Amino acid sequence: MARWPKPAEGSWTEHYPEIGTGLISFEDSVSPEFYELEREAIFRRAWLNVGRVEQLPRKGSYFTKEVRVARTSVVVVRDGGGGVRAFFNVCRHRGNKLVWDEFPGEETSGFCRQFTCKYHGWRYGLDGALNFVQQEGEFFDLDKEDFGLVPVHCEVWAGFIFVNLAREPEQSLHDFLGPMVTALDGYPFDKMTEWYVFRADNRSNWKIFADAFQEYYHVPALHPQQVPIEVRTPGSGFECAHFQLDGPHRVVSTGGARRWTLPPEYMYPIERATRSGLVGPWESPEIGEPPPGLNPGRIDPWGIDNFQIFPNLEILIYRGWYLLYRYWPTSHNTHHFEAMLCFQPATTVQERVEHEVAAVVFKEFALQDAGMLTGTQTALESGVLDRFPLNDQEVLVRHFHKVVADWVADYQKNHAEV
Amino acid sequence: MADSLLPAEFADLEPYAADWCLATETERYGKRLATSMQDIQAFYDAVVSRAEAAIAHCDRFPLDAMPEDALNLLHLLYSMINVSFCVEAWGQQRVPDTGAAMLDCLIEPVP
Ligand code: FES
Ligand SMILES: [Fe+2]
Repeated sequence: MARWPKPAEGSWTEHYPEIGTGLISFEDSVSPEFYELEREAIFRRAWLNVGRVEQLPRKGSYFTKEVRVARTSVVVVRDGGGGVRAFFNVCRHRGNKLVWDEFPGEETSGFCRQFTCKYHGWRYGLDGALNFVQQEGEFFDLDKEDFGLVPVHCEVWAGFIFVNLAREPEQSLHDFLGPMVTALDGYPFDKMTEWYVFRADNRSNWKIFADAFQEYYHVPALHPQQVPIEVRTPGSGFECAHFQLDGPHRVVSTGGARRWTLPPEYMYPIERATRSGLVGPWESPEIGEPPPGLNPGRIDPWGIDNFQIFPNLEILIYRGWYLLYRYWPTSHNTHHFEAMLCFQPATTVQERVEHEVAAVVFKEFALQDAGMLTGTQTALESGVLDRFPLNDQEVLVRHFHKVVADWVADYQKNHAEV
Repeated sequence: MADSLLPAEFADLEPYAADWCLATETERYGKRLATSMQDIQAFYDAVVSRAEAAIAHCDRFPLDAMPEDALNLLHLLYSMINVSFCVEAWGQQRVPDTGAAMLDCLIEPVP
């Protein structure tokens, strides 16, 4: 039944011998102790994508990002020179949260010339410098130079803004992303500025939800409705065309006949009426020569690329648009989920309707995944089982949990040595 | 207030306009959950057959300068799209087995 060739070793999994083929544990997704380790070992060490440069359109544009797993909040700002900077969202006077509106735990965004603390009115420039202290003369030897905002390492790749909460990151962002991801350089993400943004607070460990978006083995069983009932083949499987690992990152590509080239009964009426649907608009404006990193397996006909960028970012590249997920842990068994659909701005109502259909259908099926995973989490937490088999279509799930374990082990080793 | 919300050539959809000309995904999804399948089916049937004509009508105007009645028609179309899976796939308002799940739309294109 194999439709796509596998590597010479006979499977994608065995092509990467370091990940093994044995049963795996999901203790990393149910253990409060392991979650405590992930805070430091992963979320205070890895580069984290917090947004896009389009969210900072001009000097003084800012947004805040709550990184609860690291017990911190970051403010990201376009500075006076047009650069992107990030600071810990904490006032140097008595530690008040600097930038927020209405609810201190909620994220915010806006535009300002400087940041003013709500508590005693200290003011900071867009470069983080402390510019004004109320009744400065009442302080004792206070040198404003020494009390600027605490910077957070912040770098931009392809318009994606990343921060690193470590005092000194172990790698530059570029080195961290590695050759497989940075080969997407030049992809016109910057043209895809018509956004839908969704969010959810899900009752599962962050990795359990990410797992559901890095394998397609579950599609026929959980999402049979992706195919209209009249043409559904019971027992049919789903086979991906290409898998690739690079350091802590992963990609899977799908292939096969494009949905809209199939006979009409393979589409829902809404899809035929609007020329859009499950995999987005049938046609999008041309985006020119793709970068070498797109479709790395050179699959023909190519479907989508699903890049899993460690630890908690996923970018799915469709034809002329992309979808982005972020999984922000909030406890060992909850996480905050963000999803963005990013299109080239519609110039006609027809195009707008195509985007609307794609967003609506995305939500239908993402809810199916979200609806199920509370069940996964609670059943795992029952502790009845502690070892689980993964097949070759689930190779990325295997790799993900291995990388998480490796990062935690590495952190523990270095920590023990200190 | 004008007597009709929709362009004259879509007068047949006027009975649905007051309920379903909704500007945001949150309103549309909320309306979907709050409406009986019988009413959803009737609304869907009425609008789906006019979808292509409605798109063509709206496309006579630039996206950022649509007259009020065309904008209402577009929002009506969005609502039909929002309920389409209830009719075409699920047979119910809510996605099956998603009792505990939510997914809120925070930002969306306008219009
Ligand atoms: S805590 Fe910010 S000015 Fe006092
Ligand atoms: Fe899924």
